[in-house]
Amino acid sequence: MEITGYLLQQFINGLQLGAVYALIALGYTMVYGVLRLINFAHGDIFMLGAFIAYYLISKFAIPIYLVFIITMFCTAGVGYIIEKVAYKPLRGAPKISLLITAVGVSLFLEYFLSLNAIFTANYIGFPRPFEVVNYDLSLFTVTNIQILIFATTGVSLVLLYLLIYRTKQGKAMRAVSYDQEVAALMGINIDRTISFTFMVGAALAGVGGILYGIAYPQINVFMGVMPGIKSFIAAVLGGIGIIHGAVIGGFIIGISEVFVSAFLSSTFRDGVIFVILFLVLLLKPSGIFGKRIEKV
Amino acid sequence: MNFFIESRKILLLALLVYGALKVLFVFGLLSQYIEQITLFSFIMIIASLGLNVIYGYTGQFSLGHAAFYGIGAYTSAYLTKVFEIEGVIPFLPALLLSGLLTGCAGYVIGIPILKLRDDFLAIATLGFGTLFRVLLDNSDKFAEALGGSRGFVGIPRITNLELTLSVTVFLILITRNLIFSRYGLFWRSIKADELASVSIGIDTAKMKLMAFSYGCFLAGIGGGLYAHLYTFLHPSNFDILKSIDFLIIVIIGGMGSITGTIYAGLIWVGFIEGLRIVLPAEMLDLRWVIIPLLLILLMMWKPYGLITKRSR
Repeated sequence: MEITGYLLQQFINGLQLGAVYALIALGYTMVYGVLRLINFAHGDIFMLGAFIAYYLISKFAIPIYLVFIITMFCTAGVGYIIEKVAYKPLRGAPKISLLITAVGVSLFLEYFLSLNAIFTANYIGFPRPFEVVNYDLSLFTVTNIQILIFATTGVSLVLLYLLIYRTKQGKAMRAVSYDQEVAALMGINIDRTISFTFMVGAALAGVGGILYGIAYPQINVFMGVMPGIKSFIAAVLGGIGIIHGAVIGGFIIGISEVFVSAFLSSTFRDGVIFVILFLVLLLKPSGIFGKRIEKV
Repeated sequence: MNFFIESRKILLLALLVYGALKVLFVFGLLSQYIEQITLFSFIMIIASLGLNVIYGYTGQFSLGHAAFYGIGAYTSAYLTKVFEIEGVIPFLPALLLSGLLTGCAGYVIGIPILKLRDDFLAIATLGFGTLFRVLLDNSDKFAEALGGSRGFVGIPRITNLELTLSVTVFLILITRNLIFSRYGLFWRSIKADELASVSIGIDTAKMKLMAFSYGCFLAGIGGGLYAHLYTFLHPSNFDILKSIDFLIIVIIGGMGSITGTIYAGLIWVGFIEGLRIVLPAEMLDLRWVIIPLLLILLMMWKPYGLITKRSR
């Protein structure tokens, strides 16, 4: 009984981390879908989301639901600017040039924001917007933070689903990711669709940043690097370009990370994620849900 | 013998460079610091040449080059510690051995990951680099001497001008000859079109592996020299930022150009160290703001590299 409870508790903790990874992974997978680009700067947008929320909560004492909305708009704006300034001039350039630019954008954001005049490179305590309450469910406990994370992730996923499968804009996104040239022939504005995809992805990463800040209340300008890479791995695991694949992948990565830290050692948790990546790339590069055999 | 006759111009040039540098160093016209930087720039040229073979000539993108540089550095430092090597001559076999070991590591890593292409290869090599960093941070748990996150201390200072310059020139010549050999031709043809290369009967998997392990060998030699120049190694010296350093040198020098890499290595190290002198101490962090900006602008302006003209 004891061990089942412990396992369930770790499972819940894994879901909590996985939910954040899923939110970030969605941005990677959507951008990869429309642009065939690993947007390395995505993890830094996630970091920016946490920092914006930090300032909104600690300096302006804004209610939590408004924090979510404002942060989403801000990160979406940043995503839009990054796409317009850095990636758009490179349409049609070699794939690797685009990738190098993405690495450059990511490093620039990290080191620019870590200057002493801006956020500094120190760890900052993230203010809890509410008291933590534990709900004891006999076998395991759930905190109100976890409930907030699951609820927010759930709502975001439903909204995203409606956006992609029930609106015209979503149809355009799917068309562009299917075949860019043919989509252009059908009268879809490619540039606008790509910008829109970046904005949606960045807004989701912003939400992920707030949730991460609330759940693990220590923020730092480099906090986005590892979650960013892990979320990308989650997207690859689920099948890059596939929306529900990214979500499932995020949960798998989150749960495995928590279980490895709980049963082996927390020093190995990053290593295990990369072992997963190597296994996926070697055994089924198209991911769990990928149908098309990609020429990788 | 033929080897030396064919490359007599380069050897003569190297001798001239050696003479000039030796005079400057012996008469104390340049400070100890500048001397160190000069040797460091040669080391960067060797390691970047490795990345140029992998990426510039064979077209296999790698974001984990610093990990191989680190393998070479740690291996050679460990060897000199275990065998208590202090002179240049006994150091040579240790250096060669660490280079070869790094090449073997590249071969083993390359077997699985070279099946991937472009951005997937990038993420896999990045993953390897990150894993290596984690391994180094915990290295004191399995080998006390490696120092883990405290760093590897007490390495003898062996790297000097003669050693660095001769190794650099020798490796540049070897690399040049390899590039213009049939293997080099295969590598370049893989870069131009992998599918077409397969169809004319090139064993692309084998050739890619060969280029990758040779590039890693060069990185390992560079790392070995680096360890015995600065006498202190820390895991943070071998992370993604270091890989970006090599990448920038290859891009500035033009992908697939040896002379370009040599110039770019000198320019880049000069630029980085110049910033250290120009910028006041509290603004030193600005370096890593300027470098990515340069990278972005470079990509927008010349997506194919700076110094060489675009082929085709």
